[in-house]
Amino acid sequence: MSTQLTTPTDRQSTEALARSKGEPNWLVALRGQAAELTATLPWPKPEKVKIERWNLTAVGQYEATAAVSSISELPQTVQELIAEGTENLLVQKNTGAVWSKLSSELADKGVIFTDLETAVKEHSELVEKYLFQAIKFDEDKLTALNAALWNGGVFVYVPKNVEVELPLQAVLYNDKAEATFAPHILIVAEDNSRVTYVDSTVTVKDAVTEAFTHPSLVEVFVKPGAQVRFGSVHSLGESGVDLSLRRAVVDRDGRIEWIIGDLNDGNTVSDTKSVLVGHGSTSDTKVISVGQHKQQMSLTTQAVHFGKSSDSNMITRAVMRDSASAIINGVTKIEHGATKANGVQAEKVLMLSSKARGDANPILLIDEDDVTAGHAASVGQVNPEQVYYLMSRGITKPDAERLIIHGFLAPVVSEVPVEAVRDQLNRLLERKLEG
Amino acid sequence: MSTKFVIDGLKAEIEGKEILKGINLEIKGGEIHAIMGPNGTGKSTLASALMGHPKYEVTGGSVSLDGEDVLEMEVDERARAGMFLAMQYPSEIPGVTNSDFLRSAINARREEGNEISLIKFIRQMEGKMKELEMNPEFAHRYLNEGFSGGEKKRNEILQMMLLDPKLVILDEIDSGLDIDALRIVAEGVNAMRSEERGFLIITHYQRLLDYITPDHVHVMMQGRIVKSGGPELAQRLEKEGYDWVKEELGITDETVGQA
Repeated sequence: MSTQLTTPTDRQSTEALARSKGEPNWLVALRGQAAELTATLPWPKPEKVKIERWNLTAVGQYEATAAVSSISELPQTVQELIAEGTENLLVQKNTGAVWSKLSSELADKGVIFTDLETAVKEHSELVEKYLFQAIKFDEDKLTALNAALWNGGVFVYVPKNVEVELPLQAVLYNDKAEATFAPHILIVAEDNSRVTYVDSTVTVKDAVTEAFTHPSLVEVFVKPGAQVRFGSVHSLGESGVDLSLRRAVVDRDGRIEWIIGDLNDGNTVSDTKSVLVGHGSTSDTKVISVGQHKQQMSLTTQAVHFGKSSDSNMITRAVMRDSASAIINGVTKIEHGATKANGVQAEKVLMLSSKARGDANPILLIDEDDVTAGHAASVGQVNPEQVYYLMSRGITKPDAERLIIHGFLAPVVSEVPVEAVRDQLNRLLERKLEG
Repeated sequence: MSTKFVIDGLKAEIEGKEILKGINLEIKGGEIHAIMGPNGTGKSTLASALMGHPKYEVTGGSVSLDGEDVLEMEVDERARAGMFLAMQYPSEIPGVTNSDFLRSAINARREEGNEISLIKFIRQMEGKMKELEMNPEFAHRYLNEGFSGGEKKRNEILQMMLLDPKLVILDEIDSGLDIDALRIVAEGVNAMRSEERGFLIITHYQRLLDYITPDHVHVMMQGRIVKSGGPELAQRLEKEGYDWVKEELGITDETVGQA
């Protein structure tokens, strides 16, 4: 069954909007083509989760946004994510960027950090070379929808041999269900460069009660010898559906690290994939999630090995409360010819209620003999022996359980690169675990 | 008031099998009692039942600490009332650092708003770790995760020292310890001896008692204390084993609850 989109993603109006925003012709054409395909392409089909039953069509309308002149004009929810004096910062509100700053030191080195809409105008050729190359716009209805609708977004470009010491930070938020919120994040790290990017994707909770869909794509290009750390914490509101695809293409001796916190209050599809093309390329993926109420989630990590001696490591840890359900997939694929490749994955689910559901599905697809691969998966409850041990030292039962649950998630929390985002993650965990 | 811990006719079972068949014991502040006995006679069950392990069901008798009914209390309440059990197999808790855990345990004993200051806590912890010849890095390691047997035992003693309990139960604290670690652990216990504190040491070897001299020695068989005496009893058991006790009492199988 294919769902008809009731929203205006037809070719004509999409192209008209792109033109009115002064986008280059190649992008106008791409958007138009994608808009047409949204009518016919099927939604992605994650394992055991029927997303067609979700409200996926509330993609909203384009609304022009005005830049703010000071961080203090931003909502409290956003301000608390930003440490004072943060130099390299991008803020997107609903359909567009409202704040964009890059230190002159980085700009002088040729680093680009701006919203993607600005980037397509100022660096059209550069963006054209990469946009929708890691993820094709016509893979499914989600990718086509993002191609047709994306707005605001993030573009990071790090030239050859440039090491960006401080993390580049983005905050993407929505405060209005009727406004389209469809970011596209594109990161290009040239040879032997190094960069850390961290974003928070949040809903200003009290302001948004109507249904909305957040179709978001992330593409990362890691060139030979480059290293990219990508951190992202999502906490969209209960009425939202988060559909987030992330994909990195990693060249020879390059490295991608993903640190993902899927802490939305609504239904979520999160799929994070590393394509290890080059010899000696490596990836490390860490995902945590907490599900509560009737939330349904599909959390997938993937590593595809083409390069010889490529190495991948993937960890997903989820805590499920109430009647929340999560289907957690780990896919390690080693292609023929990827000799000496090594792929390891572990999915762990902690169940805090008998009505919660958590499935951990490790999948190894291996077409080469000379490789090593490992997987571990577990679904269980808080260990009563551990609770007893902590209580025997005077710690109350609720505190003992809290310590154990936070400990379960700690390996990912401690890796988040920006302190303000780490604090955000801890606050979110506190709220989702106590609430 | 000096500590007084009284076990009266304690019976307990696990999965429907009775293991403790009526234990009587009184420990006063300043006293060290040792419970010895071969494997499978109910010694560790006694320790676990006293602390309130959920697997064990108390079916009879009473236990009191300074007049308070221990069996009515939850595990954490027993700990806050002053009981401490150094476990034979302490749990590993990934993601929770030793120091966070210790601070939570100390603060659980204090009123809200009167939590121990971080600096004072660190000073105390580091001081005690030094006494136990523990590597300072153990403060930041996850609780018991990847600790060797000896490191876990030292960590149990560290907790005992920081929590300052009234009644300490050491369950086979000497098993798996080399002679150096045994000495350090024993010194830790000896440093804690005081008129306000009672000890119950469970072991099946005499060797720990070479370092910690008990006031009373009890032999456990078939889920009961079958013989009590002074330190000389432990020495005789070390020399001659348990057969003479069995013979004297007409016991052929000393174990309890073994299928």
